[in-house]
Amino acid sequence: MGERCAIIGVGQTAYKSKRLDVSMAGLLREAARRALDDAGLTWKDIDAVVVGKAPDLFEGVMMPETFLADALGAAGKPIMRVHTAGSVGGSTAIVAAGLIQGGVHERVLTIAWEKQSESNATWALTVNSPFTTSLVVGAGGYFAPHIRAYMRRSGAPDHIGTLVAVKDRENALRNPYAHLKIPGISREMVESTPMLWEPIRYLETCPSSDGACAMVLASEDAARKAPAKPAWVHGTSMRSEPMMFAGRDSVSPQGGKDAAADVYRQAGISDPRRELDCAEVYVPFSWYEPMWLENLGFCGEHEGWKLTEAGATALDGDIPWNPSGGVLSSNPIGASGMIRFAEAALQVRGLAGDHQVDGARRALGHAYGGGAQFFAMWIVGSDKP
Amino acid sequence: MPSSTGRSEPNHVLEFPGGYTRSVGPVVGRFLSELRDGRLVGVRTAEGRVLVPPSEHDPDTGEDVTGEFVEVGPAGTVTTWSWVPRPAKGHPLDRPFAWALVRPDGADTALLHALDVGVFEEGAKPPRFLKTGMRVRPRWRAERNGGIGDIECFQPEVTMVNAPTRLEYSLKGGKALQRFLEGISQGKILGHRCPVCEQVIVPMKGLCPRDGVPTTEEVELPDTGTVTTFAVNNIPDPRAPEVPFVSAYVLLDGAGLTMLTLVAGIPADQVRMGMRVKAAWRPREEWEPSMGNIKWFEPLDEPDVPFDEIKDYT
Amino acid sequence: MTREIAVIAFAQTRHSAEDEGLAEIEMLAPIITEVKQKTGLKQFGFTCSGSCDYLAGAPFSFVSALDAVGAWPPISESHVEMDAAWALYEAWVRLLHGDIDTALVYGFGKSSQGDLRTILTQQLDPYHLAPLGIDAVSLAALQARAYLERSGTTEDDLRAVAARSRQAGRDNPFALHLPEPEGDEYDVAPLRPYDVAPITDGAAAIVLASGDKARELCERPAWITGIDHRTEPHSPGVRDLTRSESARIAGEKAGAAGVEVAELHAQFSHEELILKEALGLDGGEVAVNPSGGALSANPMMAAGLIRIGEAASRIHDGTATRTLGHASSGPCLQQNLVCVLSGEDHG
Repeated sequence: MGERCAIIGVGQTAYKSKRLDVSMAGLLREAARRALDDAGLTWKDIDAVVVGKAPDLFEGVMMPETFLADALGAAGKPIMRVHTAGSVGGSTAIVAAGLIQGGVHERVLTIAWEKQSESNATWALTVNSPFTTSLVVGAGGYFAPHIRAYMRRSGAPDHIGTLVAVKDRENALRNPYAHLKIPGISREMVESTPMLWEPIRYLETCPSSDGACAMVLASEDAARKAPAKPAWVHGTSMRSEPMMFAGRDSVSPQGGKDAAADVYRQAGISDPRRELDCAEVYVPFSWYEPMWLENLGFCGEHEGWKLTEAGATALDGDIPWNPSGGVLSSNPIGASGMIRFAEAALQVRGLAGDHQVDGARRALGHAYGGGAQFFAMWIVGSDKP
Repeated sequence: MPSSTGRSEPNHVLEFPGGYTRSVGPVVGRFLSELRDGRLVGVRTAEGRVLVPPSEHDPDTGEDVTGEFVEVGPAGTVTTWSWVPRPAKGHPLDRPFAWALVRPDGADTALLHALDVGVFEEGAKPPRFLKTGMRVRPRWRAERNGGIGDIECFQPEVTMVNAPTRLEYSLKGGKALQRFLEGISQGKILGHRCPVCEQVIVPMKGLCPRDGVPTTEEVELPDTGTVTTFAVNNIPDPRAPEVPFVSAYVLLDGAGLTMLTLVAGIPADQVRMGMRVKAAWRPREEWEPSMGNIKWFEPLDEPDVPFDEIKDYT
Repeated sequence: MTREIAVIAFAQTRHSAEDEGLAEIEMLAPIITEVKQKTGLKQFGFTCSGSCDYLAGAPFSFVSALDAVGAWPPISESHVEMDAAWALYEAWVRLLHGDIDTALVYGFGKSSQGDLRTILTQQLDPYHLAPLGIDAVSLAALQARAYLERSGTTEDDLRAVAARSRQAGRDNPFALHLPEPEGDEYDVAPLRPYDVAPITDGAAAIVLASGDKARELCERPAWITGIDHRTEPHSPGVRDLTRSESARIAGEKAGAAGVEVAELHAQFSHEELILKEALGLDGGEVAVNPSGGALSANPMMAAGLIRIGEAASRIHDGTATRTLGHASSGPCLQQNLVCVLSGEDHG
């Protein structure tokens, strides 16, 4: 994996359903400036910028990094735009880290964002060509059948999704940036909300958010000069597979298993549940927690729901998942993956505030996208790899 | 498949209903508010330059600008221009006009806008008096809404602007899909058998996504199959008969992969994994090259397929 | 970190001015097959593509393109919403890490499906520029005027660029075969129709390999001796349109001096002149766009990658030793990438 790469700055905006107080440039600069401040740097210290976001139709600007280039301090510098569907925030961080690991740059600003309030997510995700041969109604409509298949295969009881929805929203109450804050969130409250796409209830789904997340990544040399403690990249991995083909396992896709195996190998991890201290995993619908617990090897097949039920993934459990509140609490789509990566870094830097996992030294950041076919993961640690 | 349509009749329109709702932030917002009041303002950078239109940052350094707004122009100087002999649909004028970069007096950067230099026949050459260095002034609209279009255009000094998002496309589905829809228009469901994995891919794509090889062997599949898994949707959709409706993955008999489709003709709460179904076709006289020929899949009076036999297709 | 990385295979479609009824993956699949056959590789250490949703008028255009690759078992893969030349850059960076030794890069676009110049309006600043409805050709014409006035170049000089490009394009089996420039009518003055790159559908693919793997799979690898890309401020009113500062920096970093052949992604005649000046290629000894350049075939999202492929081909076929491929993105040459290739093997 080449040269060492450190995360020396993290910046996030407040996530809200509508950030009407800022322009697109203003939104991105809010996150970027916080990351620069954390790293003790100014715009001119940055060598290159890597931007990620989900489809351009959300804001109706084609390749928006073109008009945002100078707002991100990129005049005279390299700027790139990554787009790998919902996994994009993670992929973007990996591409940015790659520039450090390849020895190309010393300090890279990476930023991922979405301003969903400029249009409407269901529209922007499912504009169909006149030849569409299948019927998908929003992201929930796509994932609900796979969740049903998981429940059938694993024999999980119906209430597991509810537990995740409550746990992640309780965590969100401790995160100042989180979008959905529901004081007193409870199983009864979740179970009283309607089924949107059965078996998915309203409060088991992610919100639509405006927001941006940024990080400053640095070489070992540059990290030495950083004012705060850095996090170190111990491994990165991306995997993709086609959406539909004969023999595809859509519940526990091979791409996710392979990416996890690859990133564990790089980080020298053989038992993720024991060797990782926490994980920020892309869970946009509550049932994806037990599904990804299995896919990522935190337990055996059909056992994921038992970990959730036993409280292992709670903030005080043995392997906290999504201490920030996760995608279920804040979902600016293009940024959601990077938020997972950045929150993992905050945990091992000891800077996660009220949702800090005590003594966290190694953490997983995870993102997925498309028809659960694009995966991006990294493992970060408080020690150099 | 509809025949190739001209540009005048797009078969696909990309248009966000109602237009994008763009928040502008304090700097752009100030500029647009001043425009609505009939004033042109720029913002001063830390280095003292005045940016028009203002941005939140110095474009050269990325640093924040100062909060100082400066009234500029409204008269200004053309720094360069181009000439449009035949205006296009989205253009601000419907007769020949110029695009110009105009540096307002007191500004250090230039603003892009249309420049109206008079009435010309379509296709006209640029008039000789149109020159870089020309002095111009904005023509303000009487009704202003706080957009760049509050300035209708610029015009020469002496003698005398919700985002448009509609894009029109003429799409073709590709040869394989065209062939598939041709089959559908005759009531047949066609797939391709992959020469490597020997599975039948439906609808076919002319290649196997798993093996990355071309596929050509055509296979006609029956219109019966098995529900592997499904969602009960409580959100209305124009394509569905009612709410709740069921969207299901159906494994056609003989196919190697499932298709996402509607299931109806049975109460939503009685749909099961493993349920046998058959396509419900629209009346033959309504058939066209579209998946719409199949309204949905309906239950067959056959025993359910055990989950073990279909679990590898979920 | 340094590592020897080379372009070892290149394939492109026979580009078309009209929609030939092929889906994007149907355009792409044969050339992916072609580079697999040329190299004998079935799997790659990394795959990266470039494409644009707005060309297809729907989100996720890159997702179905993955079907053309044979992404099974799952592949290590990424995508840029940029010309595929930047996908090549990402793949080059990935190869620098040293743990893989091959990469597949591809790009594709069907500009024929919509009105490209209006689509490109959506790429502009959505507060100050896009609402005016200004299109890509009108903006380019502003730059052309500014350049002509600063340099003393004439509209006849632009015509000469177009004439030379079209002549070369007629000798290139993959380019559109366009007639001698004629006519006095402007498209958007000072640009005439022949000064504007044609609407083109097409796709291209490149395979990169490092060190001994490159030597094993290719008789004469085109080694990447330098690659760099830069952007500049977006608004045409805040930069000097008559020069390309970003191309100048990228050329300097990539080591553009002394190349024999330069493939420049000039989508308008005057852009070639601005780029030659920025890259220090205006001496006259450099063969510019022997393929006919983008003025003879400009499949969006692939045209920049094709410049690198064409530059590499001159090394593969032994007709040149040091060549340059260039790609551009954004209005008025806002963003530029320069890739310098060499046939000299220092391994």
